[in-house]
Amino acid sequence: MAINENATVASHDDAGPGYRFLVLDATRLASALVPGQFVHVRVPGLEPTALRRPFSVFDADDGKVTLLYKVVGRGTAALATARAGDEVEVLGPLGHGFPSASKGVPLLVGGGYGVAPLHFLAKRLKDSRTILFVGGRTKDDLLALDRFEALGVDVRIATNDGSAGEKGFVTGPLDAALDELRGRGEPFELFTCGPDGLLKAVADRAVAAGMPGWISMDRHMVCGVGACYACIQKTVHGNSRCCVEGPVFKAEDLVW
Amino acid sequence: MVNMEVNLGGLKMHTPVATASGTFGYGFEYVGAVDYSKLGAVTAKGIRLEPWPGNPMPRHVEVPGGLVNAIGLQGTGVEHFLKYTVPWYRKQVADVPMIANIWGGTVEEYAEVAARMGDTVDAIEMNVSCPNVKAGGHTFGQDPKVLHEVVSAVRKATTLPLLVKLAPNVPSVVPYVKACEDAGADALSLINTIPAMVIDIETRRPVLANRTGGLSGRCVHPAAVKLVYDAHNATKLPLLAMGGIYDAKDAIEFFLAGATAVAVGTATFTDPGVVAKVCDGIAEYCERHGFLSVSQLTGALV
Repeated sequence: MAINENATVASHDDAGPGYRFLVLDATRLASALVPGQFVHVRVPGLEPTALRRPFSVFDADDGKVTLLYKVVGRGTAALATARAGDEVEVLGPLGHGFPSASKGVPLLVGGGYGVAPLHFLAKRLKDSRTILFVGGRTKDDLLALDRFEALGVDVRIATNDGSAGEKGFVTGPLDAALDELRGRGEPFELFTCGPDGLLKAVADRAVAAGMPGWISMDRHMVCGVGACYACIQKTVHGNSRCCVEGPVFKAEDLVW
Repeated sequence: MVNMEVNLGGLKMHTPVATASGTFGYGFEYVGAVDYSKLGAVTAKGIRLEPWPGNPMPRHVEVPGGLVNAIGLQGTGVEHFLKYTVPWYRKQVADVPMIANIWGGTVEEYAEVAARMGDTVDAIEMNVSCPNVKAGGHTFGQDPKVLHEVVSAVRKATTLPLLVKLAPNVPSVVPYVKACEDAGADALSLINTIPAMVIDIETRRPVLANRTGGLSGRCVHPAAVKLVYDAHNATKLPLLAMGGIYDAKDAIEFFLAGATAVAVGTATFTDPGVVAKVCDGIAEYCERHGFLSVSQLTGALV
Protein backbone atom coordinates (compact mmCIF):
# COMPACT_ATOMS: atom_id res chain seq x y z
CA MET A 1 0.00 0.00 0.00
CA ALA A 2 1.44 3.33 -1.08
CA ILE A 3 1.49 6.34 1.19
CA ASN A 4 2.16 9.95 0.24
CA GLU A 5 4.63 11.18 2.85
CA ASN A 6 5.57 14.81 3.38
CA ALA A 7 9.33 14.43 3.64
CA THR A 8 11.92 17.05 4.50
CA VAL A 9 15.29 17.41 2.81
CA ALA A 10 17.93 16.49 5.42
CA SER A 11 20.89 16.99 3.10
CA HIS A 12 21.55 17.28 -0.63
CA ASP A 13 25.11 16.86 -1.87
CA ASP A 14 27.09 16.17 -5.00
CA ALA A 15 27.78 12.49 -5.63
CA GLY A 16 30.00 13.12 -8.66
CA PRO A 17 29.84 15.43 -11.67
CA GLY A 18 26.12 15.78 -12.46
CA TYR A 19 25.09 13.27 -9.79
CA ARG A 20 23.37 14.07 -6.49
CA PHE A 21 22.66 12.41 -3.16
CA LEU A 22 19.28 13.50 -1.76
CA VAL A 23 18.71 12.49 1.86
CA LEU A 24 15.09 12.84 3.04
CA ASP A 25 13.64 12.65 6.51
CA ALA A 26 10.80 10.25 5.74
CA THR A 27 10.15 8.02 8.72
CA ARG A 28 7.26 5.96 7.40
CA LEU A 29 8.83 5.31 4.00
CA ALA A 30 12.24 4.51 5.50
CA SER A 31 10.78 1.65 7.50
CA ALA A 32 8.55 0.34 4.69
CA LEU A 33 10.88 0.31 1.65
CA VAL A 34 12.68 -2.82 0.47
CA PRO A 35 15.60 -2.85 -2.00
CA GLY A 36 14.57 -2.42 -5.62
CA GLN A 37 11.37 -0.57 -4.82
CA PHE A 38 11.08 3.04 -5.92
CA VAL A 39 9.51 6.30 -4.81
CA HIS A 40 7.55 8.85 -6.86
CA VAL A 41 8.63 12.39 -6.08
CA ARG A 42 6.68 15.61 -6.54
CA VAL A 43 9.60 17.80 -7.52
CA PRO A 44 9.66 21.12 -5.69
CA GLY A 45 10.44 23.91 -8.11
CA LEU A 46 8.44 22.43 -11.00
CA GLU A 47 5.05 23.92 -11.87
CA PRO A 48 2.14 22.55 -9.74
CA THR A 49 0.77 20.47 -12.64
CA ALA A 50 4.08 18.72 -13.38
CA LEU A 51 4.09 14.94 -13.24
CA ARG A 52 6.03 13.21 -10.49
CA ARG A 53 9.43 11.68 -11.15
CA PRO A 54 10.32 8.11 -10.13
CA PHE A 55 13.61 7.42 -8.32
CA SER A 56 15.21 4.23 -7.10
CA VAL A 57 16.32 4.13 -3.50
CA PHE A 58 20.00 4.11 -2.52
CA ASP A 59 19.34 3.60 1.16
CA ALA A 60 16.45 3.53 3.63
CA ASP A 61 17.42 3.39 7.23
CA ASP A 62 17.01 5.16 10.54
CA GLY A 63 14.11 7.36 9.40
CA LYS A 64 15.95 8.55 6.31
CA VAL A 65 15.53 7.73 2.62
CA THR A 66 18.49 8.41 0.34
CA LEU A 67 18.17 8.85 -3.43
CA LEU A 68 21.11 8.86 -5.81
CA TYR A 69 20.25 10.45 -9.15
CA LYS A 70 21.72 12.01 -12.26
CA VAL A 71 20.65 15.42 -13.52
CA VAL A 72 19.29 14.46 -16.95
CA GLY A 73 16.27 16.66 -17.66
CA ARG A 74 13.90 19.34 -16.50
CA GLY A 75 12.67 17.42 -13.45
CA THR A 76 16.05 16.40 -12.07
CA ALA A 77 17.46 19.87 -12.80
CA ALA A 78 14.69 21.38 -10.67
CA LEU A 79 15.12 18.76 -7.97
CA ALA A 80 18.85 19.48 -7.82
CA THR A 81 18.10 22.94 -6.43
CA ALA A 82 16.19 21.61 -3.37
CA ARG A 83 17.85 22.65 -0.12
CA ALA A 84 18.01 21.22 3.39
CA GLY A 85 14.73 21.95 5.15
CA ASP A 86 12.64 22.01 1.94
CA GLU A 87 9.50 19.86 1.92
CA VAL A 88 9.10 17.15 -0.68
CA GLU A 89 6.02 14.95 -1.23
CA VAL A 90 7.10 11.36 -1.76
CA LEU A 91 4.78 8.52 -2.79
CA GLY A 92 5.92 5.02 -1.91
CA PRO A 93 6.94 2.31 -1.36
CA LEU A 94 6.21 1.37 -4.98
CA GLY A 95 6.71 -1.70 -7.14
CA HIS A 96 8.25 -5.13 -6.71
CA GLY A 97 11.83 -5.08 -5.46
CA PHE A 98 14.65 -7.61 -5.35
CA PRO A 99 14.33 -10.85 -3.35
CA SER A 100 15.48 -10.51 0.24
CA ALA A 101 18.09 -13.28 0.04
CA SER A 102 20.35 -14.68 -2.65
CA LYS A 103 20.41 -18.38 -3.47
CA GLY A 104 24.03 -18.17 -4.62
CA VAL A 105 26.92 -15.73 -4.76
CA PRO A 106 25.23 -12.31 -5.16
CA LEU A 107 26.58 -10.65 -8.31
CA LEU A 108 25.44 -7.02 -8.53
CA VAL A 109 25.92 -5.32 -11.88
CA GLY A 110 25.44 -1.57 -12.08
CA GLY A 111 25.86 1.13 -14.70
CA GLY A 112 26.02 4.81 -13.69
CA TYR A 113 23.31 5.75 -11.20
CA GLY A 114 21.97 2.22 -11.58
CA VAL A 115 24.14 1.36 -8.59
CA ALA A 116 21.55 3.10 -6.37
CA PRO A 117 19.19 0.16 -5.68
CA LEU A 118 22.17 -2.21 -5.64
CA HIS A 119 23.63 -0.38 -2.65
CA PHE A 120 20.38 -0.76 -0.71
CA LEU A 121 20.33 -4.42 -1.77
CA ALA A 122 23.92 -5.09 -0.68
CA LYS A 123 23.20 -3.51 2.66
CA ARG A 124 20.16 -5.72 3.28
CA LEU A 125 21.66 -8.93 1.86
CA LYS A 126 24.52 -8.79 4.41
CA ASP A 127 26.25 -11.48 2.35
CA SER A 128 30.06 -11.40 2.57
CA ARG A 129 30.29 -13.04 -0.89
CA THR A 130 28.67 -10.02 -2.63
CA ILE A 131 30.53 -8.66 -5.65
CA LEU A 132 29.64 -5.37 -7.37
CA PHE A 133 30.53 -5.01 -11.03
CA VAL A 134 30.29 -1.40 -11.97
CA GLY A 135 30.72 0.31 -15.30
CA GLY A 136 30.70 3.80 -16.71
CA ARG A 137 31.98 5.84 -19.62
CA THR A 138 34.69 7.38 -17.44
CA LYS A 139 35.72 7.28 -13.79
CA ASP A 140 33.32 10.19 -13.22
CA ASP A 141 30.39 7.78 -13.69
CA LEU A 142 31.55 5.49 -10.88
CA LEU A 143 29.43 6.45 -7.93
CA ALA A 144 29.46 5.77 -4.21
CA LEU A 145 32.12 3.08 -4.43
CA ASP A 146 33.26 3.96 -0.90
CA ARG A 147 29.76 3.17 0.34
CA PHE A 148 29.91 -0.32 -1.20
CA GLU A 149 33.41 -0.91 0.16
CA ALA A 150 32.22 0.13 3.63
CA LEU A 151 29.68 -2.73 3.38
CA GLY A 152 32.51 -5.15 2.63
CA VAL A 153 31.47 -5.56 -1.02
CA ASP A 154 34.15 -6.68 -3.50
CA VAL A 155 34.05 -3.92 -6.17
CA ARG A 156 35.21 -4.65 -9.74
CA ILE A 157 35.37 -1.78 -12.21
CA ALA A 158 35.34 -1.21 -15.95
CA THR A 159 35.28 2.11 -17.82
CA ASN A 160 34.94 2.67 -21.56
CA ASP A 161 37.95 4.99 -21.62
CA GLY A 162 40.05 3.01 -19.15
CA SER A 163 40.24 5.93 -16.70
CA ALA A 164 39.48 3.49 -13.88
CA GLY A 165 39.56 -0.30 -13.64
CA GLU A 166 39.49 -2.47 -16.74
CA LYS A 167 39.11 -0.71 -20.12
CA GLY A 168 35.88 -1.71 -21.82
CA PHE A 169 32.44 -2.75 -20.70
CA VAL A 170 31.49 -4.07 -17.29
CA THR A 171 30.64 -7.39 -18.93
CA GLY A 172 34.43 -7.96 -19.13
CA PRO A 173 35.06 -8.44 -15.40
CA LEU A 174 31.57 -9.96 -15.05
CA ASP A 175 32.26 -12.70 -17.60
CA ALA A 176 35.61 -13.47 -15.96
CA ALA A 177 33.86 -13.97 -12.62
CA LEU A 178 31.07 -16.05 -14.18
CA ASP A 179 33.69 -18.36 -15.75
CA GLU A 180 35.41 -18.75 -12.42
CA LEU A 181 32.17 -19.53 -10.55
CA ARG A 182 31.04 -21.98 -13.22
CA GLY A 183 34.50 -23.63 -13.03
CA ARG A 184 33.98 -24.16 -9.33
CA GLY A 185 30.39 -25.26 -9.85
CA GLU A 186 29.21 -22.54 -7.50
CA PRO A 187 25.68 -21.15 -7.91
CA PHE A 188 25.22 -17.41 -8.30
CA GLU A 189 22.41 -14.91 -8.61
CA LEU A 190 22.50 -11.77 -10.76
CA PHE A 191 21.03 -8.40 -9.78
CA THR A 192 21.28 -5.43 -12.13
CA CYS A 193 20.21 -1.86 -12.74
CA GLY A 194 21.48 0.54 -15.40
CA PRO A 195 21.12 1.31 -19.10
CA ASP A 196 18.95 -1.10 -21.15
CA GLY A 197 21.96 -2.49 -23.06
CA LEU A 198 23.56 -3.56 -19.80
CA LEU A 199 20.30 -4.99 -18.46
CA LYS A 200 19.87 -7.15 -21.54
CA ALA A 201 23.49 -8.34 -21.37
CA VAL A 202 23.01 -9.41 -17.74
CA ALA A 203 19.59 -10.98 -18.38
CA ASP A 204 21.02 -12.99 -21.30
CA ARG A 205 23.82 -14.29 -19.06
CA ALA A 206 21.42 -15.29 -16.27
CA VAL A 207 19.15 -17.14 -18.69
CA ALA A 208 22.10 -18.83 -20.46
CA ALA A 209 23.55 -19.95 -17.13
CA GLY A 210 20.19 -21.12 -15.78
CA MET A 211 20.75 -18.93 -12.73
CA PRO A 212 18.28 -16.40 -11.25
CA GLY A 213 18.58 -12.91 -12.69
CA TRP A 214 16.79 -9.83 -11.36
CA ILE A 215 16.56 -6.91 -13.75
CA SER A 216 15.55 -3.43 -12.54
CA MET A 217 14.08 -1.30 -15.34
CA ASP A 218 14.28 2.50 -15.45
CA ARG A 219 11.27 4.01 -17.23
CA HIS A 220 9.41 7.29 -17.44
CA MET A 221 6.26 6.91 -15.39
CA VAL A 222 3.01 8.75 -14.85
CA CYS A 223 1.07 7.43 -11.84
CA GLY A 224 3.64 5.08 -10.29
CA VAL A 225 0.93 2.90 -8.73
CA GLY A 226 -0.37 0.82 -11.65
CA ALA A 227 -3.33 3.01 -12.51
CA CYS A 228 -2.40 4.52 -15.87
CA TYR A 229 -0.53 1.83 -17.86
CA ALA A 230 2.04 4.27 -19.30
CA CYS A 231 5.25 2.46 -18.22
CA ILE A 232 4.95 -0.78 -20.12
CA GLN A 233 7.62 -3.46 -20.51
CA LYS A 234 6.98 -6.43 -22.77
CA THR A 235 7.22 -9.70 -20.84
CA VAL A 236 6.16 -13.31 -21.35
CA HIS A 237 2.97 -12.30 -19.52
CA GLY A 238 2.18 -9.55 -22.05
CA ASN A 239 2.39 -5.80 -21.53
CA SER A 240 3.52 -5.52 -17.91
CA ARG A 241 3.66 -2.34 -15.89
CA CYS A 242 7.16 -1.37 -14.71
CA CYS A 243 5.65 0.37 -11.68
CA VAL A 244 3.74 -2.66 -10.34
CA GLU A 245 4.92 -5.91 -11.92
CA GLY A 246 8.39 -4.28 -11.93
CA PRO A 247 10.58 -2.34 -11.69
CA VAL A 248 12.48 -5.55 -10.88
CA PHE A 249 11.65 -8.32 -13.36
CA LYS A 250 12.87 -11.89 -13.61
CA ALA A 251 15.43 -12.17 -16.42
CA GLU A 252 13.53 -15.00 -18.12
CA ASP A 253 10.27 -13.04 -18.14
CA LEU A 254 11.56 -10.10 -20.17
CA VAL A 255 10.90 -9.77 -23.90
CA TRP A 256 13.47 -7.39 -25.44
CA MET B 1 -23.27 21.36 7.10
CA VAL B 2 -23.58 21.44 3.35
CA ASN B 3 -25.44 18.52 1.78
CA MET B 4 -22.87 17.07 -0.63
CA GLU B 5 -25.08 14.25 -1.98
CA VAL B 6 -25.95 14.23 -5.65
CA ASN B 7 -27.95 11.95 -7.91
CA LEU B 8 -26.23 11.40 -11.22
CA GLY B 9 -28.92 9.86 -13.40
CA GLY B 10 -29.82 7.30 -10.75
CA LEU B 11 -26.32 6.86 -9.35
CA LYS B 12 -26.38 8.12 -5.77
CA MET B 13 -23.08 9.74 -4.79
CA HIS B 14 -22.35 10.88 -1.23
CA THR B 15 -19.94 13.46 -2.57
CA PRO B 16 -20.05 15.07 -6.04
CA VAL B 17 -16.42 14.10 -6.78
CA ALA B 18 -15.56 11.05 -8.89
CA THR B 19 -12.43 9.89 -10.68
CA ALA B 20 -12.04 9.94 -14.46
CA SER B 21 -11.66 6.70 -16.41
CA GLY B 22 -8.08 5.76 -17.26
CA THR B 23 -6.56 7.87 -14.52
CA PHE B 24 -7.52 5.73 -11.55
CA GLY B 25 -6.88 2.16 -12.68
CA TYR B 26 -9.58 -0.20 -11.48
CA GLY B 27 -10.18 1.84 -8.35
CA PHE B 28 -8.00 0.09 -5.77
CA GLU B 29 -4.51 1.12 -6.90
CA TYR B 30 -4.51 4.36 -4.91
CA VAL B 31 -5.62 2.81 -1.59
CA GLY B 32 -3.42 4.37 1.07
CA ALA B 33 -2.64 7.50 -0.93
CA VAL B 34 -6.16 8.82 -1.68
CA ASP B 35 -8.84 9.64 0.91
CA TYR B 36 -11.63 7.44 -0.44
CA SER B 37 -14.16 8.88 2.03
CA LYS B 38 -14.21 12.01 -0.17
CA LEU B 39 -15.00 10.07 -3.34
CA GLY B 40 -18.58 9.83 -4.57
CA ALA B 41 -17.70 7.26 -7.24
CA VAL B 42 -14.77 5.66 -8.97
CA THR B 43 -14.73 5.27 -12.75
CA ALA B 44 -12.75 2.20 -13.73
CA LYS B 45 -10.40 1.92 -16.69
CA GLY B 46 -12.09 1.04 -20.00
CA ILE B 47 -13.17 -2.56 -20.53
CA ARG B 48 -14.13 -4.31 -23.73
CA LEU B 49 -15.20 -7.91 -24.38
CA GLU B 50 -11.75 -9.44 -24.84
CA PRO B 51 -8.32 -8.60 -23.39
CA TRP B 52 -6.61 -5.77 -25.30
CA PRO B 53 -2.84 -5.09 -25.32
CA GLY B 54 -2.90 -1.32 -25.87
CA ASN B 55 -0.36 0.71 -27.83
CA PRO B 56 3.44 0.39 -28.14
CA MET B 57 5.70 2.56 -25.97
CA PRO B 58 6.15 5.47 -25.51
CA ARG B 59 2.58 6.02 -24.43
CA HIS B 60 2.77 9.45 -22.84
CA VAL B 61 4.50 12.78 -23.00
CA GLU B 62 4.33 15.65 -20.55
CA VAL B 63 3.38 19.05 -22.00
CA PRO B 64 3.00 22.46 -20.33
CA GLY B 65 -0.04 22.22 -18.07
CA GLY B 66 -0.89 18.68 -19.02
CA LEU B 67 -0.23 15.34 -20.57
CA VAL B 68 -0.69 13.72 -23.98
CA ASN B 69 -1.37 10.00 -23.76
CA ALA B 70 -1.89 7.12 -26.14
CA ILE B 71 -2.19 4.21 -23.74
CA GLY B 72 -4.52 2.49 -26.17
CA LEU B 73 -7.05 1.11 -23.69
CA GLN B 74 -4.96 -1.81 -22.47
CA GLY B 75 -7.27 -4.03 -20.45
CA THR B 76 -8.06 -7.53 -19.32
CA GLY B 77 -11.48 -8.01 -20.88
CA VAL B 78 -14.87 -8.25 -19.24
CA GLU B 79 -14.54 -11.82 -17.94
CA HIS B 80 -11.42 -11.10 -15.88
CA PHE B 81 -12.91 -7.77 -14.83
CA LEU B 82 -16.02 -9.42 -13.37
CA LYS B 83 -14.28 -12.46 -11.92
CA TYR B 84 -11.30 -10.76 -10.27
CA THR B 85 -11.22 -6.98 -10.57
CA VAL B 86 -14.64 -6.02 -9.26
CA PRO B 87 -14.55 -8.43 -6.26
CA TRP B 88 -11.06 -7.21 -5.37
CA TYR B 89 -12.22 -3.60 -5.64
CA ARG B 90 -15.23 -4.28 -3.39
CA LYS B 91 -12.94 -5.90 -0.82
CA GLN B 92 -10.43 -3.04 -0.86
CA VAL B 93 -12.89 -0.16 -1.19
CA ALA B 94 -16.11 -1.13 0.56
CA ASP B 95 -18.43 1.79 0.06
CA VAL B 96 -17.52 3.83 -3.01
CA PRO B 97 -19.73 3.07 -6.04
CA MET B 98 -17.96 1.87 -9.18
CA ILE B 99 -18.78 3.18 -12.65
CA ALA B 100 -17.58 0.68 -15.26
CA ASN B 101 -16.28 2.33 -18.42
CA ILE B 102 -16.97 0.22 -21.52
CA TRP B 103 -15.89 0.33 -25.14
CA GLY B 104 -15.95 -1.88 -28.21
CA GLY B 105 -15.33 -2.19 -31.92
CA THR B 106 -18.97 -2.80 -32.85
CA VAL B 107 -22.43 -1.86 -31.59
CA GLU B 108 -22.98 -5.52 -30.68
CA GLU B 109 -19.80 -5.62 -28.59
CA TYR B 110 -20.87 -2.60 -26.56
CA ALA B 111 -24.24 -4.20 -25.87
CA GLU B 112 -22.69 -7.51 -24.88
CA VAL B 113 -20.18 -5.93 -22.48
CA ALA B 114 -22.99 -3.90 -20.88
CA ALA B 115 -25.18 -6.99 -20.56
CA ARG B 116 -22.33 -9.01 -19.03
CA MET B 117 -21.89 -6.34 -16.33
CA GLY B 118 -25.32 -7.29 -14.95
CA ASP B 119 -25.66 -5.48 -11.64
CA THR B 120 -22.09 -6.13 -10.45
CA VAL B 121 -21.18 -2.45 -10.89
CA ASP B 122 -23.16 0.66 -9.96
CA ALA B 123 -23.27 2.45 -13.31
CA ILE B 124 -21.94 2.21 -16.85
CA GLU B 125 -20.10 4.91 -18.75
CA MET B 126 -19.68 4.45 -22.50
CA ASN B 127 -16.46 5.55 -24.17
CA VAL B 128 -17.62 6.40 -27.69
CA SER B 129 -14.29 7.86 -28.84
CA CYS B 130 -12.95 4.55 -30.16
CA PRO B 131 -13.01 3.38 -33.78
CA ASN B 132 -16.06 1.64 -35.22
CA VAL B 133 -14.54 -1.27 -37.14
CA LYS B 134 -17.53 -1.31 -39.53
CA ALA B 135 -17.06 2.38 -40.38
CA GLY B 136 -13.44 2.48 -41.46
CA GLY B 137 -12.09 3.75 -38.17
CA HIS B 138 -14.52 6.62 -37.66
CA THR B 139 -15.36 6.82 -33.99
CA PHE B 140 -18.86 6.03 -32.74
CA GLY B 141 -19.05 9.42 -31.09
CA GLN B 142 -18.48 11.56 -34.18
CA ASP B 143 -21.73 10.74 -36.00
CA PRO B 144 -24.97 11.48 -34.09
CA LYS B 145 -26.80 8.67 -35.96
CA VAL B 146 -24.18 6.05 -35.05
CA LEU B 147 -24.02 7.44 -31.52
CA HIS B 148 -27.80 7.04 -31.21
CA GLU B 149 -27.56 3.47 -32.45
CA VAL B 150 -24.85 2.39 -30.03
CA VAL B 151 -26.39 4.13 -27.01
CA SER B 152 -29.81 2.60 -27.82
CA ALA B 153 -28.24 -0.86 -28.00
CA VAL B 154 -26.53 -0.46 -24.63
CA ARG B 155 -29.71 1.01 -23.14
CA LYS B 156 -31.57 -2.17 -24.08
CA ALA B 157 -28.79 -4.28 -22.53
CA THR B 158 -28.63 -2.70 -19.08
CA THR B 159 -30.87 -1.22 -16.41
CA LEU B 160 -27.92 0.42 -14.64
CA PRO B 161 -27.53 4.20 -14.71
CA LEU B 162 -26.05 4.83 -18.15
CA LEU B 163 -23.57 7.62 -18.87
CA VAL B 164 -22.16 8.48 -22.29
CA LYS B 165 -18.75 10.17 -22.41
CA LEU B 166 -18.67 12.75 -25.18
CA ALA B 167 -15.73 13.81 -27.29
CA PRO B 168 -14.76 17.49 -27.34
CA ASN B 169 -13.65 17.68 -30.97
CA VAL B 170 -17.01 18.44 -32.60
CA PRO B 171 -18.25 21.71 -34.10
CA SER B 172 -21.22 21.69 -31.69
CA VAL B 173 -21.89 19.24 -28.90
CA VAL B 174 -25.67 19.77 -29.12
CA PRO B 175 -26.60 17.07 -31.73
CA TYR B 176 -24.58 14.51 -29.77
CA VAL B 177 -26.26 15.50 -26.51
CA LYS B 178 -29.68 15.16 -28.17
CA ALA B 179 -28.78 11.78 -29.69
CA CYS B 180 -27.77 10.39 -26.29
CA GLU B 181 -30.85 11.82 -24.59
CA ASP B 182 -33.15 10.37 -27.22
CA ALA B 183 -31.42 6.97 -27.02
CA GLY B 184 -32.10 6.72 -23.29
CA ALA B 185 -28.86 7.80 -21.61
CA ASP B 186 -29.28 8.79 -17.95
CA ALA B 187 -26.34 11.20 -17.81
CA LEU B 188 -23.47 12.54 -19.89
CA SER B 189 -19.76 12.69 -19.11
CA LEU B 190 -17.67 15.37 -20.68
CA ILE B 191 -15.07 15.87 -21.79
CA ASN B 192 -12.92 13.08 -23.16
CA THR B 193 -9.33 14.02 -24.07
CA ILE B 194 -8.63 16.44 -26.93
CA PRO B 195 -6.79 14.88 -29.92
CA ALA B 196 -3.18 16.06 -29.80
CA MET B 197 0.32 15.45 -31.11
CA VAL B 198 3.85 16.23 -29.96
CA ILE B 199 6.84 16.13 -32.34
CA ASP B 200 10.49 15.70 -31.39
CA ILE B 201 12.10 18.29 -33.67
CA GLU B 202 15.57 16.74 -33.38
CA THR B 203 14.50 13.30 -34.62
CA ARG B 204 11.58 14.77 -36.65
CA ARG B 205 9.41 11.96 -35.29
CA PRO B 206 6.21 12.00 -33.25
CA VAL B 207 7.06 11.42 -29.59
CA LEU B 208 4.25 8.91 -29.06
CA ALA B 209 4.59 5.51 -30.71
CA ASN B 210 0.94 5.87 -31.73
CA ARG B 211 1.92 9.22 -33.35
CA THR B 212 -1.11 11.00 -31.84
CA GLY B 213 -2.83 10.88 -28.48
CA GLY B 214 -5.25 12.67 -26.20
CA LEU B 215 -4.54 15.86 -24.29
CA SER B 216 -5.62 16.16 -20.65
CA GLY B 217 -4.68 18.25 -17.65
CA ARG B 218 -5.11 21.82 -16.52
CA CYS B 219 -4.65 23.21 -20.04
CA VAL B 220 -7.95 21.66 -21.23
CA HIS B 221 -10.08 23.07 -18.40
CA PRO B 222 -11.49 26.23 -20.07
CA ALA B 223 -12.41 24.23 -23.18
CA ALA B 224 -14.16 21.67 -20.99
CA VAL B 225 -16.12 24.34 -19.11
CA LYS B 226 -17.45 25.69 -22.42
CA LEU B 227 -18.58 22.24 -23.54
CA VAL B 228 -20.32 21.55 -20.22
CA TYR B 229 -22.05 24.93 -20.51
CA ASP B 230 -23.20 24.14 -24.06
CA ALA B 231 -24.42 20.67 -23.05
CA HIS B 232 -26.32 22.00 -20.03
CA ASN B 233 -28.11 24.51 -22.23
CA ALA B 234 -29.19 21.70 -24.54
CA THR B 235 -30.43 19.07 -22.08
CA LYS B 236 -31.85 18.36 -18.64
CA LEU B 237 -29.70 15.25 -18.32
CA PRO B 238 -27.28 15.43 -15.39
CA LEU B 239 -23.66 16.03 -16.39
CA LEU B 240 -20.47 14.52 -14.98
CA ALA B 241 -17.86 17.16 -15.82
CA MET B 242 -14.15 16.51 -16.16
CA GLY B 243 -11.15 18.08 -17.77
CA GLY B 244 -8.31 19.74 -15.90
CA ILE B 245 -9.63 19.83 -12.33
CA TYR B 246 -6.70 20.58 -10.02
CA ASP B 247 -8.53 22.44 -7.25
CA ALA B 248 -12.00 23.30 -5.95
CA LYS B 249 -12.23 26.43 -8.11
CA ASP B 250 -11.86 24.33 -11.26
CA ALA B 251 -14.64 22.02 -10.04
CA ILE B 252 -16.97 24.86 -9.00
CA GLU B 253 -16.72 26.41 -12.47
CA PHE B 254 -18.09 23.14 -13.83
CA PHE B 255 -21.02 23.15 -11.37
CA LEU B 256 -21.89 26.74 -12.26
CA ALA B 257 -21.74 25.83 -15.96
CA GLY B 258 -24.24 23.02 -15.37
CA ALA B 259 -22.52 19.95 -13.95
CA THR B 260 -24.19 17.73 -11.35
CA ALA B 261 -20.93 16.02 -10.40
CA VAL B 262 -17.26 16.29 -11.36
CA ALA B 263 -14.39 13.88 -11.96
CA VAL B 264 -10.72 14.41 -11.14
CA GLY B 265 -8.29 12.82 -13.59
CA THR B 266 -4.77 13.76 -14.58
CA ALA B 267 -4.24 15.84 -11.42
CA THR B 268 -4.25 12.67 -9.30
CA PHE B 269 -0.98 11.62 -10.96
CA THR B 270 0.70 14.72 -9.56
CA ASP B 271 -1.17 14.86 -6.26
CA PRO B 272 -3.28 11.96 -4.96
CA GLY B 273 -4.58 14.47 -2.39
CA VAL B 274 -6.46 16.50 -5.03
CA VAL B 275 -9.69 14.52 -4.56
CA ALA B 276 -9.95 15.46 -0.88
CA LYS B 277 -8.91 19.08 -1.47
CA VAL B 278 -11.52 19.49 -4.22
CA CYS B 279 -14.27 17.91 -2.11
CA ASP B 280 -13.49 20.01 0.97
CA GLY B 281 -13.11 23.15 -1.12
CA ILE B 282 -16.54 22.70 -2.73
CA ALA B 283 -18.17 22.37 0.70
CA GLU B 284 -16.33 25.43 1.97
CA TYR B 285 -17.46 27.44 -1.09
CA CYS B 286 -21.09 26.38 -0.61
CA GLU B 287 -20.99 27.49 3.02
CA ARG B 288 -19.35 30.79 2.17
CA HIS B 289 -21.96 31.55 -0.51
CA GLY B 290 -24.99 30.29 1.42
CA PHE B 291 -25.72 27.19 -0.65
CA LEU B 292 -27.27 24.50 1.54
CA SER B 293 -26.50 21.72 -0.90
CA VAL B 294 -24.02 21.25 -3.69
CA SER B 295 -26.88 20.44 -6.08
CA GLN B 296 -27.96 24.10 -5.82
CA LEU B 297 -24.71 25.01 -7.58
CA THR B 298 -25.68 23.19 -10.76
CA GLY B 299 -26.22 25.76 -13.48
CA ALA B 300 -26.15 28.61 -10.93
CA LEU B 301 -24.27 30.81 -13.37
CA VAL B 302 -25.56 34.38 -13.13
